[in-house]
Amino acid sequence: MATAYHDDGRTGSYLVEGRTGPWELVIGLEVHAQVVSNSKLFSGAATEFGGEPNSQVSLVDAAMPGMLPVLNGECVRQAVRTGLALGATINRWSRFDRKNYFYADLPQGYQISQFQHPVVGEGAIEIETDEGEKVTVGIERIHLEQDAGKSIHDLSPDRSYVDLNRSGVALMEIVSKPDMRSPAQAGAYVSTLRAILRAVGSCDGNMQEGSMRADVNVSVRKAGEPFGTRCEIKNVNSIRFIQQAIVYEAKRQVEILEDGGSIQQETRLFDPDKGETRSLRSKEDAHDYRYFPEPDLLPLELTEEFIADCAASLPELPASKRARYESELGLSPYLAGVLTADADGSAWFEALLANSAARQAKTPAQVAEKAANWMTGDLFGALNKLGVEIAASPVTPAQGGELLALMADGTLSGPLAKQVFEIMLETREDPGAIAEARGLKQVSDTGALETAIAEVMAANADKVADYRGGKDKLFGFFVGQVMKASGGKANPAVVNELLKKALG
Amino acid sequence: MTALTDLSLAAMKAGLAAKDFTARELVAAHVAAVEAARPLNAFLVETPDHALAAADAADAALAAGNAGLLAGIPLGIKDLFCTKGVETTASSKILQGFKPTYESTVTSKLFEAGAAMLGKLNLDEFAMGSSNETSAYGPVVSPWRAEGSTAKLVPGGSSGGSSAAVAARLCAAATGTDTGGSIRQPAAFTGIAGIKPTYGRCSRWGVIAFASSLDQPGVLARDVTDNALVLEAMAGFDPKDSTSLNVPVPHYAGALSADLRGKRVGIPKEYRVEGMDPQLVKLWEDGVAWAKDAGAEIVEVSLPHTQEALPTYYIVAPAEASSNLARYDGVRYGIRVAPEGGSLADMYGATRAAGFGAEVKRRIMIGTYVLSAGYYDAYYLKAQKVRALIAQDFERAFQSCDVLLTPTAPTAAFELGSKTADPIAMYLNDVFTVPASLAGLPAMSIPAGLDAQGLPLGLQLIGRPLDEQGVLNAAYALEQRAAFTAALARWW
Repeated sequence: MATAYHDDGRTGSYLVEGRTGPWELVIGLEVHAQVVSNSKLFSGAATEFGGEPNSQVSLVDAAMPGMLPVLNGECVRQAVRTGLALGATINRWSRFDRKNYFYADLPQGYQISQFQHPVVGEGAIEIETDEGEKVTVGIERIHLEQDAGKSIHDLSPDRSYVDLNRSGVALMEIVSKPDMRSPAQAGAYVSTLRAILRAVGSCDGNMQEGSMRADVNVSVRKAGEPFGTRCEIKNVNSIRFIQQAIVYEAKRQVEILEDGGSIQQETRLFDPDKGETRSLRSKEDAHDYRYFPEPDLLPLELTEEFIADCAASLPELPASKRARYESELGLSPYLAGVLTADADGSAWFEALLANSAARQAKTPAQVAEKAANWMTGDLFGALNKLGVEIAASPVTPAQGGELLALMADGTLSGPLAKQVFEIMLETREDPGAIAEARGLKQVSDTGALETAIAEVMAANADKVADYRGGKDKLFGFFVGQVMKASGGKANPAVVNELLKKALG
Repeated sequence: MTALTDLSLAAMKAGLAAKDFTARELVAAHVAAVEAARPLNAFLVETPDHALAAADAADAALAAGNAGLLAGIPLGIKDLFCTKGVETTASSKILQGFKPTYESTVTSKLFEAGAAMLGKLNLDEFAMGSSNETSAYGPVVSPWRAEGSTAKLVPGGSSGGSSAAVAARLCAAATGTDTGGSIRQPAAFTGIAGIKPTYGRCSRWGVIAFASSLDQPGVLARDVTDNALVLEAMAGFDPKDSTSLNVPVPHYAGALSADLRGKRVGIPKEYRVEGMDPQLVKLWEDGVAWAKDAGAEIVEVSLPHTQEALPTYYIVAPAEASSNLARYDGVRYGIRVAPEGGSLADMYGATRAAGFGAEVKRRIMIGTYVLSAGYYDAYYLKAQKVRALIAQDFERAFQSCDVLLTPTAPTAAFELGSKTADPIAMYLNDVFTVPASLAGLPAMSIPAGLDAQGLPLGLQLIGRPLDEQGVLNAAYALEQRAAFTAALARWW
C-alpha cells in the first residue's frame, strides 16, 4: 500500500509515496451550492428543507404537459453576488441549456443548466490550510442549474418512490480549477468557499442537509509531468469525506499506475462507511447528454445597473474582515481566522465587541483580544459541548459583554467568571444578576480581607515566623489560605497587597 | 333563414347582439352538428355540458350588456391545449386518460371572452404530421370530396380536426397550433382561413409542446374577419411563457382594411419551384392580380435559402421534440407499462414503445441523433445557422415589401393513406409554410380557388414580425376578390 506523507523538505506539499517514488495529487472541485431563495429556479414552488414528500412541487417541477419554466430573478442575483464575492467575471450574456437524460426523479427528462455560457466566469480565492500554507485556487466558472428530485429505494422491496420536493431547486455549480495539491487544501478550499457563501447569504452551506456538496476530481502525476487521467467522485457531502475520498483515490490511482496499469476516466462514488471509492460508471457508459439551448427560455442578459446593485449589496467578506481584525483590532492571525470563518460567528463577535467596549468606556481595539479569547475559548468550548451553533447560543453578545466588563472591573475573578458563565448557559440570566443573587462577587473590601488575614496569621504563627525568617516561598501559602477563607471570592490582587503589608 | 351553423362568427355575433337567437340556441345547433358529424372523427372528446353552460352564461352576459368578445361563440379546441378536467391527449396513446388540473392560457382567455367549447379536436399525434393520419385515435376525414368521388380525403395536419370541424360547420372557429404549417396547410386543404401569428404573440403555457422554438397557437375560421376576432381574444403577453412577447394586442377586426394602396406585395421567386402544379401557378397569378386590384404594388423578392428550410426544419423540430417528449416516461401521468420484474429502463422502453406511434418515434430518433455527440455540429448547429440565414432572408425581403404572397401548400388535399408510406413526400407538404415558421413570422392561409377536381387551394400571406394586421388586411383584400364559396355537400 502506498503511503501519503508530508514532504518536510517542501513545506506543506503533500505527496503519495509509491514504489517508484513520490506522486503529486491534482485536485479540482465542483461544488453544488443550493441557492438561498424562497422559490425554485424556474417555478414558484417553495424550497424549504424537510417538507412532507411531494409537498413542495409545482406543475412545472412535476413536468406536467405544456408547463414552461420562468427564470427566478432572485437566483440570478444570488449567483451574480457570489461571482462578485469570488472576484469573478460576470457574463453580461449567458444562456440555459438542456442536459438530457432519463431518470425517475428527473421529471422533464432533462435538467436545465448552463453548459456553454455560464453566468459567472473566472475568478479566484485565497485559501490557507490549518498548517498555514497559503494557496490561490482559481475559479473556472459558476453556473445555475436545477436540482433533481430524490428516488427512495428502501421503503419497499419491489418498488421505488420519488420525492420531487428538491426537483427544480436552484443550484450554483462552482467549478474550481485543478489548483489543489492536497486533501488539506481541498478542505481549506471548501471551508473558505462555504464561509464566503454564508457571508454573501447566497447559500446556507449546510452540508448535512445537502445544501452544499461536491464532486471531487482527482488525478496523480509525477512532479513536473502533465496532468494524469482524472476520476470524478460524485456527491461528497462533508469536508472530512472529501478529504478521505481524495486520500483513498490518490493511493488507488498510484497503485494502478505503478502496477503498470492506466487510469480509466470514470465516475466514482465514495462510501463513507468503508472509506473507499468505487466505480459508478466508466467513460464508455457515460451519458451522452445531448446538450442544446433551452428553447423555452430567452438568453439571460444582465445590465450594468443590475450588476452594480448586486455589488453594492455585498457585505464585508471573510478575507477582508480577517485582515481588518488583524490590523484594526490587533488580533492574532489565528484568532482573526477563527472569528471570520463563519458569518454568524463574526456577527456575534462584533456585537460582543461593541457591547464590551461600551460598558468599559474603551475602544474596541482595547478590549478586542480579551473578547476574542473569551469567545473562542470559553464560549466556543461550551457551545461545542452543547452541540449548538453560535446562532443558537444560550448566551447573548450583550450578556457576554457584561461578563467581560465584570471581569475587567474586578467584580469577578477568572474562576468566578467561569462559575457565573456556567450558570448563564443553564439559566440564560444576566451575569451581574447571577453574581449578585448567588454572592459570587469578588471581595475587594480591605477591611474584611484584613480580618481574614489576621486570622490566617494567628492560626499559622509558626509559618509567619518562618516567612519572616526568609522563607519567601511561603507567601503563596498565605494567599491560598486567605482565598480559601473567603470562599474563593477574594480579589487576589488586593489579597497580595494586604498580605505583603501584614507580613512585613 | 340560414341555418345557425352556416353563419360566420361575425354574423353569429351580430345575430346574438340583435337577439335574433340566443347563445343557447346557437350552441345547441352546433352541439347537434358535432354529434351528427362523428363519421369525420374530428372530435376526440365532446363537451356539450361545457358548451351549453358557457352559452347560458353568455346569454346572461348579453342581457346584462357585459358580454365578452366571443360571448356564446361555439369553438372547437385542438387537443394540444390542456383543458382543466377535460381529457387531453395530444392524440397520443401515451396520454390516454390524462385530465389536466389546469387550463392553458389561450383557452382561459377564450373562455373569459365568453367562448363555448364544443370539445377537443383530433390532430396528428403530438402535432407531428401533415394529414392527421398519425393520430392514435384514427384519422380525421375531410368534409371535402373530389368531384364525382367518394374517396376519403385528408383534412391536412396537424390541426386536421380543427380544419375539418370548421369546414364542416361544426364550430364557428377552432384553435390550432402551427409548428411548420399545421394551421395553414389544413386551412388550405379544407377551404377555410387560418392564421399563425408571430412566435410569442400567443402564450404556449398549457399547450403540449412539440418544438418549443416553433410552436405557436393560432386560429382556424371561415374567413379573415373571424380569424381576426378570435386572434384578438387569444393573443397577449403571458408572464408564464418566457418567450411570450410583451406588446399590446391591436383590435384586429376593427382595423381590417382591404385597401392595399401604398402597400408592396412581395413575390418570392424561389417559391416558384420546378414542376409546380399549373393550377397552383394560375392561382398564385390570380392572387397577384387581386393584390394589384386592391392597390398594391407588386415586387419580386428573393429568399435565397428557401431550399434549405425544409431540411433545417426537420432537424430543429425533431431535436426539440426528442427532448420535449422525454417527460412521457410512465412515472407521473399517462399510461405506464412496467414489465414484471423489469428495471426502470425496461419501464421506460415498454411505456414509450406502447405509447408513441411510428411518426413520433421516428422524430424522437431523428432528434436524438442530431443532438448526439459527434453529430451535433454537423446537424443541429448547422441547422441553427441556416435558420438564422433564413430569418435574414425575410428581413432583407421586407426592406422592399410589406407582405409576401405565396401558395400555402404544393397540392390540394390527397386521399387518406396515399402518402403514409413515404415520410419525405409527406414532409414536402410543408415546403411553403416552414420558412415563415423558422423565422417566427405571422402567416396566414386563405381559400383562393378550387382545382380541377373541385378541391380548395390556398394562398399564403407572410408578414413582418408582429404585423398580423398587415397580413390580415392583405388577406382581407384578396378574400374579397377571390370570392371563394365552399360548395360543400354534406355527405356524412
